Amino acid sequence: MAQETGEAANQDSPAAQAPQDETNAAEGAYWRENVRLLVSLMAIWFVSSFGAGILFRDFLDQFMIGGYPLGFWFAQQGSIYIFIALIFYYVFKMKKIERKYDLDD
Amino acid sequence: MDTQTLIYLFVGASFALYIGIAIWSRAGSTKEFYVAGGGVNPVLNGMATAADWMSAASFISMAGIIAFSGYDASVYLMGWTGGYVMLALLLAPYLRKFGQFTVPDFIGTRYYSKAARVVAVICLIFISFTYIAGQMRGVGIVFSRFLDVPITMGVIIGMAIVFVYAVLGGMKGITYTQVAQFCVLIFAYMVPAFFLSFMITGNPVPQLGLGSQVNDGSGLYVLEKLNLVLLDLGFGQYTDGSKSMVDVFCITLALMVGTAGLPHVIVRFFTVPKASDARLSAGWALIFIALLYTTAPAVGAFARINFVDSVNETSYAKAPGWFKNWEANDLIAFIDKNGDGIMQYRAGDPFAGAPQFTAGEGPSGERMVANAPVADSANEVYVDRDIMVLANPEIGNLPGWVIALVAAGGLAAALSTAAGLLLVISASVSHDLLKSTFRPQISEKGELLAARLAASAAIVVAGYLGIYPPGWVAQVVAFAFGLAAASLFPAIFMGIFSKRMNREGAIAGMVTGLAFTFGYIFYFKLGNPAANVAENWLFGISPEGIGVIGMLLNFGVAIAVSSVTKSPPVEIRKLVDSIRVPRGAGMARDH
Repeated sequence: MAQETGEAANQDSPAAQAPQDETNAAEGAYWRENVRLLVSLMAIWFVSSFGAGILFRDFLDQFMIGGYPLGFWFAQQGSIYIFIALIFYYVFKMKKIERKYDLDD
Repeated sequence: MDTQTLIYLFVGASFALYIGIAIWSRAGSTKEFYVAGGGVNPVLNGMATAADWMSAASFISMAGIIAFSGYDASVYLMGWTGGYVMLALLLAPYLRKFGQFTVPDFIGTRYYSKAARVVAVICLIFISFTYIAGQMRGVGIVFSRFLDVPITMGVIIGMAIVFVYAVLGGMKGITYTQVAQFCVLIFAYMVPAFFLSFMITGNPVPQLGLGSQVNDGSGLYVLEKLNLVLLDLGFGQYTDGSKSMVDVFCITLALMVGTAGLPHVIVRFFTVPKASDARLSAGWALIFIALLYTTAPAVGAFARINFVDSVNETSYAKAPGWFKNWEANDLIAFIDKNGDGIMQYRAGDPFAGAPQFTAGEGPSGERMVANAPVADSANEVYVDRDIMVLANPEIGNLPGWVIALVAAGGLAAALSTAAGLLLVISASVSHDLLKSTFRPQISEKGELLAARLAASAAIVVAGYLGIYPPGWVAQVVAFAFGLAAASLFPAIFMGIFSKRMNREGAIAGMVTGLAFTFGYIFYFKLGNPAANVAENWLFGISPEGIGVIGMLLNFGVAIAVSSVTKSPPVEIRKLVDSIRVPRGAGMARDH
């Protein structure tokens, strides 16, 4: 609550209205942490689908997981499981980051 | 009870359920009509999103495509699921925080421009109509094969059902019917898959069955056996593709980005209470979608094995009943090239083009075709890959109620997607064109009426396209994803992640991406289809994957133009700040 009042007061001051810096500090730090998390999760997203399922498929196909060649498994099964895990990890992690900066909904 | 009675019973009961839900959840305000009041539970919204997303193509066609193209079909599996990661991480929570009703709402407000809003509406309408024509066609096919009514009648019945719950209930009615439709369709998909997996491998879980040994005593794994059988018949290996790596890469990316940019999917995340619920809901949606998408590869592989086993080297006189049923529906054909009365299934086309049946019967009693036989292939069997899921229960000799269930499931998949598309079309007309652009003085009641009229008109157009499918429908599904990837996605993404992106940049980017992608697909699919071969493609990218280049052009042009034009006004930068933080979405709901 104190945060919100502080924010409102900030917006009224001339410095906060200058276009070069209108984001308050907590929101800025929150956003940077979010973007860092996004970059690493999107990297995993890319490696598990485009990497393992397409670019390095031929190499991975020499290994087997049960009756699946590994690259084929990533392309038709594994990448999808990893996608689900990524979203739920993001949900979990963002809740913590939002609470840390007191910006949760 | 015989199978036909069971089919009527299952389909009738599912329709009664949808209508009952529609009457219970009528929409009373524009907010209920557009976003179901903004209070849908994230798990239920996940189910509704899954039904919205999984269309007739996912339910009916995808396993068939996998069965006949093996590894190449991975583009659909990854492409149509990976987009949800982009949605959950890059778009959904921010759009929910923004708290308006439609995708053009966001683009029009963020880029402070009616022109940008109208460009977004044009993209949206084009994408949605392309998509919806295919759904109505799916309804027609299911009706004509399983309920013995002509395709026209089937489409009209489908239109009437969608009319009731989309026009009365709006997003609220659609959401809760989609939840019911998801349950019907996933159950209908999984049951035959369990049966088939158990029959072929002894393991009832299809995802595990596909990685297990075939229980015919050979000790071979399913995929090994499939590779051997197909090589034997002159096909390529199942686990190898025929598309180039760059093309597989680009198609997958275009489908992923296109998925994240499809308006009828995005708008589902406007219906949950909070920004954090939008993330959670995307996760649930992907779980529900993955149930079908990880099962489909198994269904495809089992279907291919069963198909080869029961057709190849069988005499036509002894062909199974399903073979003749589908032959009667024009989707299977046998041409006895060597005159031995036995069906040889091999690589290559049996004859040129789709079968043109004549009135006559061949020596074994098969329907004759007028097509010229292809001489350099020994293949004598034509099969439309769309039949695999629908025919699977019959091919596997499953009980009648499973066949009835699959018929109801196929209809659920087609109707739920059609309804979601109709809603975004009607909202873009009543809300974006009338209320926000041309008739701002329109009352709440007038807007709601306009939304209902627009939905009714859209149903009629969709039905017409379903009954008289223009030849281009099957050719232009690439349009929907390519255009969404090249136009809407970059504009939304930059609207959230760049405070510097302005009106001029966004419009220039959208128009460039749209024009380039549209032109490329139009040229190869409609303008000059004969030239649609890999040698003529730009960087070896097929029309299905070209949305990636359109997207890059969009980003490039937008960034270049915005860097030499004025930055967006202060209130827009404030808007971006506010959509980036989750707190306050509850208030935005009441705008």
